[in-house]
Amino acid sequence: MTHANPNSVLTGTHFMNGDAACCEGLLAAGARFAAGYPITPSTEVVERFAARTPKTGGLFIQMEDELAASIAIQGMVWAGEKSFTVTSGPGFSLMMEHIGYAAMTETPCVFVDVQRGGPSTGLPTLPAQGDMMQARFGSHGDYLTIALVPDSPQECFDLAVESMNLAERFRIPVMFMMDECVGHMTEKVVIPPAEQIPVYPRRRTTKKPGEYLPFAPGEDLVPEMAHAGEGHGLFVTGLTHDDRGYPLMNPAQQHKLVNRLFDKILRAADDLVMVEEEGMEDAEAVVICYGITSRVARRGIQLAREKGHKVGLMRLKCVWPFPEKLVHGLAGRMKAIVVPELNLGQVVLEVERCAAGQCRVIRLPHAGGTVHKPADIVAAIERGMA
Amino acid sequence: MSTTVDFPIHNPVEDILRMDRIPTIWCPGCGIGTSVNSFAYALLSTGIELKKVAIVSGIGCSGRVSGYTKMDSFHVTHGRAIPFATGLKLANPELTVVVYSGDGDLTSIGGNHLIHAARRNMDLLVVCVNNMIYAMTGGQAAATTPGAAISTTTPYGSFEPELNIAHLVDAAGASFVARWTVFHVKMLEKTMKEALSKKGFRFIEVLSPCPTLYGRRNNLADGLAAMKDYKERSKIRNGAPTHETALVQGGEIVVGKFVDRERPDYLTLMRQQLGANYHPLPPQPDENPEAGVAKEDCCSC
Amino acid sequence: MLTEIRIAGFGGQGVILSAHVLGRAAAIGQGGYATMTQNYGPEARGGAASAALVVSDEPILYPYLTEPDILVVMSQEAYSRFTPELKEGGVLIVERDLVHMDSKALGRRVYSIPATRIAEELGKKMVLNVVMVGFLCAITKAVDREACREAVSDSVPSRFKELNLNAFDRGYDYGIELLKTNPEPTRQGSVSHVELESANW
Repeated sequence: MTHANPNSVLTGTHFMNGDAACCEGLLAAGARFAAGYPITPSTEVVERFAARTPKTGGLFIQMEDELAASIAIQGMVWAGEKSFTVTSGPGFSLMMEHIGYAAMTETPCVFVDVQRGGPSTGLPTLPAQGDMMQARFGSHGDYLTIALVPDSPQECFDLAVESMNLAERFRIPVMFMMDECVGHMTEKVVIPPAEQIPVYPRRRTTKKPGEYLPFAPGEDLVPEMAHAGEGHGLFVTGLTHDDRGYPLMNPAQQHKLVNRLFDKILRAADDLVMVEEEGMEDAEAVVICYGITSRVARRGIQLAREKGHKVGLMRLKCVWPFPEKLVHGLAGRMKAIVVPELNLGQVVLEVERCAAGQCRVIRLPHAGGTVHKPADIVAAIERGMA
Repeated sequence: MSTTVDFPIHNPVEDILRMDRIPTIWCPGCGIGTSVNSFAYALLSTGIELKKVAIVSGIGCSGRVSGYTKMDSFHVTHGRAIPFATGLKLANPELTVVVYSGDGDLTSIGGNHLIHAARRNMDLLVVCVNNMIYAMTGGQAAATTPGAAISTTTPYGSFEPELNIAHLVDAAGASFVARWTVFHVKMLEKTMKEALSKKGFRFIEVLSPCPTLYGRRNNLADGLAAMKDYKERSKIRNGAPTHETALVQGGEIVVGKFVDRERPDYLTLMRQQLGANYHPLPPQPDENPEAGVAKEDCCSC
Repeated sequence: MLTEIRIAGFGGQGVILSAHVLGRAAAIGQGGYATMTQNYGPEARGGAASAALVVSDEPILYPYLTEPDILVVMSQEAYSRFTPELKEGGVLIVERDLVHMDSKALGRRVYSIPATRIAEELGKKMVLNVVMVGFLCAITKAVDREACREAVSDSVPSRFKELNLNAFDRGYDYGIELLKTNPEPTRQGSVSHVELESANW
């Protein structure tokens, strides 16, 4: 780990919205290049980036569509830079093929999805959490991603940094799953001094051209990286490939490669449990939540506790990989788990799978457009406790 | 018992090919390899340092070119070679970035990117091998398939007129547009060399036969017949207005250098407009001094 | 204590900036908490503009307004649209020349200020939003005066700093004077049409 470059860190206390904070986080994490295509409610991220980059030595290019943006950033990465793109529902759908390409070619990058109501054009200016399964399974074929979900502008900064760091650590596309409410909400955001912001550097190879095998896994199954122009004669393809990067299309290699792409993340799954717990000491039921919904859940829990219900909160900052062991253990100790989310039931499917019938799992779906009412949370808790 | 003779002959194009991947997947009579040969000679003759050259391809038979070249090469998704190359060039302007792909990839699924890269005058050389068919998938009609030609998806002849790619990229603002067939190997090499030494969006269309999947159904079943056909029908018209260069079935094949205009490329324009507000690359804390090749001051431009 | 504030008007009046200033003052100047949300979408262009702000001395969980305590309106449309949701007994702050009140204001404590005219006197009509912020600050004490002034000067380009601080002070002083002469302009649930008329003035 190194630390952020002071040139691109806006240290100080700000009153800024989540989109702006996300932009600042990615800048702090070392992204100087980005590509995007305008889409509400995400555009403010790249508008700010476009304004900031001439002074931080980078560049933003507005591409002709999301397909172009999501592959242009990967060109930037193979040229040696850290890069990201930002979009919302419809654009996220268009980017899916390139999420798969990044997974297959082990191209570290961040996809920011400021979620809005869907399907299709849906509710461009209103929040939802309907892309959570898409963040996990959206591209064809088998691959794993990491998805982080912020619940405030402050976390839009903090977790944007973390997203880029995880992308670099595992050489994968990381999904940063914001939503319209968090993106457009303005709150206090504290940006620390650059030397207090840990930044994961590119895992560059020290091997010389000729000795270096671009896709030979290291100890943690992640290969070292080299860039265009360094004399390695790289070959990067989305086809199933061997350690040299050469296409090798047979079942044995497919098995070896795809399993490694899974295992490099699964092996570190315990490291990737990022949860915030509250009131769990005496809890008989727990609300498992993520993103903006967790703020409402916390308010609901306050109200439920006033009514005498012993309820705790577990907020997932990292939804993918899903904290399976943790939720399984929890289900053994709780009477009920309540899962509010701004979709008609996505992450709750994982909760149900991991709870494996040990306790009641109460779904609290919401089609989006706004957030739950705290009273909805209370009612769901009461159903679980009954 | 066999006798092998060790010929100490070095083919100059080996310097840019991944010899461990030869033979190629291309069929006998296919022109893609011929175009790569011209490209190899052109590139070697420019003296450009090979480690600073990157080749980007999309999907298709021509999309495999990047896999056979020894430089840093990227075989990306279908149609998206140009935007990937755009990112590569912007983030490291000292690279010479060449997009080498086919007509289906660049003009149909990737057509939007072609238009906009030409409009931006992005500093890329795009070599488009036009075999007038989707060959990798088995001979389906392409946007470039001449009207009335037979393909697997147009068994009664295509009902669509063909796309004149040269006209399209000219209209979109490309700074250099040329077309040759694989019969014109030396002219092609010369034009490629010229294009490699220029800046901005440079587009070279290379007509190439596909005897297996196009020719077989359209009376050009072998490579030699296709060459003869190119020879007979081609007419060199440098500077021809691109709207007069459509490739209709059985019609004249206009070849030559059509467009060569001076226009600032994207990065040049950006630097001009930003002036003193642009800070090329600020000093970075040395991320990992032991690792890798230190990045040189990249903004030579 | 948690206070819900809505500020509404038409595009170009600086509605968003005024909420931003108040939020910044509460969250940074006072070290409390503030959450601002905006209405987006086609309806937010040109015509109506509105911003919602929650300020509190504790972390804010629910981000949206439930029942505003304070409503600032700078256009007739904003008045008509948002007054019904204002809490009974809540504070209604109106731009006097731009809003004509009716029975919707009944039961709310109404304070009005000719902010546009004051802004024009200062030489720039566009500072009416800051006049309104100063006025709100004096009337409601929802946000500390000094924190507010600081937020104003941090939120505007330096060449407009003095102008905006003047605008803030004019609005603030107008509010203090008004409170002296008429501390409880309308009583809860008993505002009369006469009083409304005088507020309309």
